[in-house]
Amino acid sequence: MINIKNLHKSFGELEVLKGINLEIEKGKVIVMIGPSGSGKTTFLRCLNLLEIPNAGTIEIDGKVMDFNQKKLNKKSIVDFRSLTGMVFQNYNLFPHKTALENVMEGPVIVKKISKEHAREKAVKLLTKVGLADKVNYYPHQLSGGQQQRVGIARAMGIEPKVMLFDEPTSALDPELVGEVLRVMKDLAQEGMTMVVVTHEMRFAREAADEIIFFDQGVIMERGVPEEIFTNPKEERTKRFLERIQ
Amino acid sequence: MFLLSNVLMDPARAEELLSLAGSSLLPMLKGAITYTIPLSLITFAIGIILAVLTALARLSSIKVLNWIARFYVSIIRGTPLLVQLFIIFYGLPNLGLTINPLPSAIIGFSLSVGAYSSEIIRAAILSIPKGQWEAGFSIGMTYTQSLKRIILPQAARVSIPPLSNSFISLIKDTSLASLVLVSELFRKAQEIASTSYEFLLLYTEAAIIYWVICTILSFIQGRLETRLERYVTK
Ligand SMILES: Nc1ncnc2c1ncn2[C@@H]1O[C@H](COP(=O)(O)OP(=O)(O)OP(=O)(O)O)[C@@H](O)[C@H]1O
Ligand SMILES: [Mg+2]
Repeated sequence: MINIKNLHKSFGELEVLKGINLEIEKGKVIVMIGPSGSGKTTFLRCLNLLEIPNAGTIEIDGKVMDFNQKKLNKKSIVDFRSLTGMVFQNYNLFPHKTALENVMEGPVIVKKISKEHAREKAVKLLTKVGLADKVNYYPHQLSGGQQQRVGIARAMGIEPKVMLFDEPTSALDPELVGEVLRVMKDLAQEGMTMVVVTHEMRFAREAADEIIFFDQGVIMERGVPEEIFTNPKEERTKRFLERIQ
Repeated sequence: MFLLSNVLMDPARAEELLSLAGSSLLPMLKGAITYTIPLSLITFAIGIILAVLTALARLSSIKVLNWIARFYVSIIRGTPLLVQLFIIFYGLPNLGLTINPLPSAIIGFSLSVGAYSSEIIRAAILSIPKGQWEAGFSIGMTYTQSLKRIILPQAARVSIPPLSNSFISLIKDTSLASLVLVSELFRKAQEIASTSYEFLLLYTEAAIIYWVICTILSFIQGRLETRLERYVTK
């Protein structure tokens, strides 16, 4: 499903991603953990092409982006971006649109689906994330947890092949974290391919097929949750896990 | 003081002034309705379109566009509006380009609104968080789609209070059109004053009409803003 080869990203002098190689099978849930500044967000943003990598290739669902060539075509960037759905840490909902309109926006404007059809689909998605009774609410009328669930529904609206989550619960009050994680687990169970950056270790343990420990711009260690949490190979992984638990 | 008591002591004079105030009201209102208000509305509409284009040019990564936009704003902001109007109406005929009073005024005021408002709109666009652009991109939108659907509607809301102020200033500025022979409100006042010599009365009357128009607009502005409070930008 996803195949990333030798991915590099620098901001000026600062090299943030130092050659990432990663293959992800369809339907797998990957949880990425790692210290602050290690490049997790940058990695997700590169998959979504909100940052353009300096070198390497990304293949998603058979479509390849090659960043080793100099000039990338704008249209190919926009098209490739639709393969992934992004869920942001601070939701980034459109404040001037209702929950329903937030979810309909992608299908109607980008996928050019008829409004009626898109509305139907959006209601279904919002129902799935438990917001059937909030479709006509504006973001500011919703709690953080509800907003983030709209964010998930919005990302799902464009029918991405992969869902990317960047610390989706870290801006939430503790009592609201559960409802968002539940929605994510449902998605995982339905067979969605997911890459999740999170500090929620319970979620990692329960929902992840694989844990990736990211450190200083490289994948330091990877393995099934069981293995990483109970018996990490790398000293740095061990120390990181001790620190956050 | 002396003048005022003079008038109050002299009923005949008071009556004469009152009747002049009454008879001049109609032509002045006519000037307002046929020129001042339409001129303001038309120039504001054209000006806002110009302003959005200029703001986008200023924000564009295309150097030439950026440069043209800066030059335009700099010239308009750096020279008096009255001088601009004079160049258009009295100056251009020297190049064989004669423009009638009303179109001259429309061109002059539109250019002015365009330049000043472009800064308001640019600031409003820049005030929308980067995450809004990214959310648009992340659901597959192009730059233009994000701009049109996500950024500009939010920027519009932010810029309504300052733009309403520009509109009110514009209404007052249209009195300058009297100097390029547009028969708007203030020119009517001048015409009547020049035959009756009652400058104080007529100019005060004109001022009151401007004041009433602007007060009504401020009220509408307030209503518009409350309506747009429907959602709150983060
Ligand atoms: N647009 C940018 N310009 C310059 N430097 C950046 C930019 N974005 C990120 N960085 C730098 O890249 C490094 C990695 O940042 P990134 O946000 O990917 O880390 P992270 O692993 O997500 O950290 P956190 O856990 O704190 O979210 C940091 O040193 C950061 O300062
Ligand atoms: Mg991060």
